[in-house]
Amino acid sequence: MMGATETVETRIALVAALEALRSARRDDEVVITTMGSAREWMKLGQPHSLDIILVPSAMGHGTSIGLGLALARPENRVIVCSGDGSLLMNLGSLASIVAASVPNLVVVVFDNGVYEVTGQQPTAGAAGARGGIRPADFCGIARACGFDSVYRFSNVGEWREKVRRVLDSRGPTFIALDVAPVDGGTAPYSPGPAPARARQFMDALRR
Amino acid sequence: MMIFDSDPNSVYATDSLTRQTHEVFSGDQIAALLTELGVTHVITVPDSTIGQWEPAIAQTRRIRLVRVCREGEAWQVAAGLYLGGATPLVMIQCTGLFESGDALRNVLHDWKLPVFSIIGYRSYLDQAKLPGDTCLVFTEPILDAWRIDYRLITSASELDVIREHFIGCRDAGRAGAALIAE
Repeated sequence: MMGATETVETRIALVAALEALRSARRDDEVVITTMGSAREWMKLGQPHSLDIILVPSAMGHGTSIGLGLALARPENRVIVCSGDGSLLMNLGSLASIVAASVPNLVVVVFDNGVYEVTGQQPTAGAAGARGGIRPADFCGIARACGFDSVYRFSNVGEWREKVRRVLDSRGPTFIALDVAPVDGGTAPYSPGPAPARARQFMDALRR
Repeated sequence: MMIFDSDPNSVYATDSLTRQTHEVFSGDQIAALLTELGVTHVITVPDSTIGQWEPAIAQTRRIRLVRVCREGEAWQVAAGLYLGGATPLVMIQCTGLFESGDALRNVLHDWKLPVFSIIGYRSYLDQAKLPGDTCLVFTEPILDAWRIDYRLITSASELDVIREHFIGCRDAGRAGAALIAE
């Protein structure tokens, strides 16, 4: 069994995890980012026309918007970047995703064990909030909901090497990445008026 | 006319409809209407009235039922569908409306996506099952608070009201709701 120190040492830097995803992302793939992933994704370079920076959001609903998009656009793979705190707010969405049979949906959970943007308070699923009891097993939950393709990565090298293959798995696909909290990581700023961004996204999707 | 005391614990009503327990519409009527209106997906958490419409909706070729676990999901799934070019409709009970406030606020007001909904109005027609049901106190004020333009539907003769309201909202690019008495 892995000790607390070893667990910390094997966590991936959030930026490195996102860079690997950004490098692997194909041009026709939709990427939805939320909270910390949205904040860091926006720093990585020019936005892609099929990015949805889900700011402002109703926390936890990235997976649900992703489900809707995947249903409407079966020809596009939809990649949802969620946090573990966000996923805990909308765990039922995993069951809904499986029920809807969307092979083109990928849920990536950046699991840092805390509500990062509010000051790194532990989530109810993290060992730190459970008196040392093992943390919630998101991959186990996803499997139990019926996801066939479920992966967990704690090593950035392995994630970089396998990210494209994993994204290409028959979905719905669930990926948990053990990432380190970002010190001082605050809530992301909106990159612009949401209604205008929605229209731009819809136009890009139609092209 | 429904009359309510200001104290939510002492709701009462005086109305000839009070003891009726019939459903306003059949599933076939709703399915035909939604098909006519071009709805592509119905995202739903059922209640005992709108849940009865599911088989008829599911049997249509043009509408896909999307079953979610909680009503907040429904608004956001609808948002994704709309962004993807579909014509979604959210179908939930008023209790689910209460539950899903932040999700609908985000979709309808932050992102200004014109999602239409059908909302079951619990205890409006039948107050025998749940005497003093506070749904009667809070449903319409909550819809007003969220600035959702709705039409209250209390009889089978009002199917056209739903149709006209849906079309009006669609043409204006704004959200709307049909509040169906149960």
